Amino acid sequence: MSEVATTRTPAFEARLKKRYAAERRFRLAGLGAILFSVAVLVFLLGTMTFNGIGGFQRATLSVPVDFDQVGLSLPPGVSDTGAVSRALEGQGLPDLVQFSVERALGKQAAAELNSDAWRLVAEQVAEDPALLQGTHTFDLPVTENFASALAGDGHAELQPLARQLAAQEKLERSFDAGFLTRSDATDPQQVGIWGALKGSILTMIVTLALAFPIGVLAALYLEEYAPRNRWTDLIEVSINNLAAVPSIIFGLLGLALFLGVFPHMRSAPLIGGMTLALMTMPVIVIAGRNAIKAVPPSIRDGAMALGASPVQVVFHHVLPLALPGILTGTIIGMARALGETAPLLMIGMRAFVATPPDGFTNPATVLPVQIFLWSDEIDRGFVERTSAAIIVLLLFLLLMNGVAIYLRNKFEKKW
Amino acid sequence: MVTDSSSPDAKMRTRDVSVFYGAKQAVDSVSIDIHSEYVTAFIGPSGCGKSTFLRALNRMNDTIPSARVEGCIELDGEDIYRSSMDVVQLRARVGMVFQKPNPFPKSIYENIAYGPRIHGLAEGKQELDAIVEKSLRRAGLWDEVKDRLSDSGTALSGGQQQRLCIARAIAVQPEVILMDEPCSALDPIATARIEELIDELRGRYAIVIVTHSMQQAARVSQRTAFFHLGKMVEYGHTSDIFTNPREERTKDYITGRYG
Ligand SMILES: Nc1ncnc2c1ncn2[C@@H]1O[C@H](COP(=O)(O)OP(=O)(O)O)[C@@H](O)[C@H]1O
Ligand SMILES: [Mg+2]
Repeated sequence: MSEVATTRTPAFEARLKKRYAAERRFRLAGLGAILFSVAVLVFLLGTMTFNGIGGFQRATLSVPVDFDQVGLSLPPGVSDTGAVSRALEGQGLPDLVQFSVERALGKQAAAELNSDAWRLVAEQVAEDPALLQGTHTFDLPVTENFASALAGDGHAELQPLARQLAAQEKLERSFDAGFLTRSDATDPQQVGIWGALKGSILTMIVTLALAFPIGVLAALYLEEYAPRNRWTDLIEVSINNLAAVPSIIFGLLGLALFLGVFPHMRSAPLIGGMTLALMTMPVIVIAGRNAIKAVPPSIRDGAMALGASPVQVVFHHVLPLALPGILTGTIIGMARALGETAPLLMIGMRAFVATPPDGFTNPATVLPVQIFLWSDEIDRGFVERTSAAIIVLLLFLLLMNGVAIYLRNKFEKKW
Repeated sequence: MVTDSSSPDAKMRTRDVSVFYGAKQAVDSVSIDIHSEYVTAFIGPSGCGKSTFLRALNRMNDTIPSARVEGCIELDGEDIYRSSMDVVQLRARVGMVFQKPNPFPKSIYENIAYGPRIHGLAEGKQELDAIVEKSLRRAGLWDEVKDRLSDSGTALSGGQQQRLCIARAIAVQPEVILMDEPCSALDPIATARIEELIDELRGRYAIVIVTHSMQQAARVSQRTAFFHLGKMVEYGHTSDIFTNPREERTKDYITGRYG
């Protein structure tokens, strides 16, 4: 009977209590860790959004422009924005815009009109030529100084005017859709993120197109075909080390290797993508090998016993089962590549690029480099624009990971 | 030492087959004839080389880098280790069912259809459907799964999974089916179902079954080979082996003195 009683002794119950307490402590610690990470994330996103929201806005003057006064006209057949701008510039549109501000809001306000404001009018005319008749009101950007004055940040001499126009609702900050369609500029009121975003998209396409197939094939070969000997051990160690090499070294490699072969392609997404592919590939190889290793041998045996050839075993069974794991590695590698600045600086993607790249071989910059460049500027406008660019980068990252996770879940469900 | 082994109509014939893992010998000079009309059982204590020998019969040992096979193994009089032998074709003719049920993580239909598809056995969807149904019927699984062919094969019970694996092997119309302890992971009821199934399949295919259960060997087989320490000690009619073994070691094993 004494054996039954051992679970009822006070000593046993005390031990039991201790065990539950330890379990509770462990759970609390885990919960604390998660809460801490969430808090950091919320803080980061919160400050980013708070600071960055201003970067998506700009200060504009509400100005009526009377086109009938001068009688502008478009040459027949011209509809392209650039050509329209040139034609209207020749006919005196900049002066008309300047004069309209002066008449409506006074000389001092006209002096603070952004020198590129007339281009916005020209763009809208290009879309709707009927605007050239009658009087229409435009929201036109102001100078960086005046925008700062409106925000109450320096330029005390301009602040009374800014306050007065704001009270009349002639000057206000509004959403700047152009930020998402313009490219880099020297004036923070005129900059946009599209050039860098497009550069990032093109670079990522090159990276993915190179790193994914090469990484997966390398992983498959190493796991499925390569004999186990000193050479494959060496290759394995090299690949593991490659994944740990500081990214700037890859930039040097890209500089020496790719720019040596294609010297006229400085700053091109193609070169940037190839450089980042070098960096991403080892991550995919390592994740891919682990995913392939995790495929149960019994599945291979089953397929082989049915008479499947080695290639069929790999492509019908091993690869589909390993794909979710491979995709996870790809997400990690691509996310790292997207955020990478240093190697791209090495291959010249830090140049001032005012037009979005037309293709893989045009000079371009990418989001993180753009952020780096803007963060170096001292104008208040650039500070806000930098935060806005970071938000764009984070959204792009979220989108990319979302797609990869969607694909991963899709393949997981199928099996 | 071996009776009944040199009949000219044997489906598979092995002569002095030895298998090595590196320097370690796992199977030692085994000569045996396997007939289409019988179920042949391999019995013996674990580690005596039954699985190794079985895997030599459809060259599954090729996948183990250290494994080496010596001697001669013939299928219909042709050496299966000759260089011109196509392993893919050999494995289509000599199917295998494993100890642990290993259905592909695909639908039940796809599990069966996979083999016929890679070997081009069916022209069009209808023929493939017919093969799938016939194979599942033969494996006694049709009535249980006919309404959920698109469900995953891994969602079935252990016994159903093993019958699915047998159906999968049958679907490529093999001549020989090798089974390596097919019931060792199953409960008694599922085991009985598989044993019934083996009995139904007898005569259509040459069946070789490795088992550690002597009762099972006695129930399903007509020929039994007793292995011990890599050697085949005795081979003959199942009833003779169990009632009247000629070798002392066989007698010790079947009376439960070791194993
Ligand atoms: N892949 C392998 N590598 C090395 N030795 C093995 C391997 N598989 C089996 N063996 C050895 O070969 C011998 C026979 O094994 P096996 O054929 O599995 O026996 P059984 O199926 O009769 O239990 C055992 O001693 C086992 O340790
Ligand atoms: Mg075994």
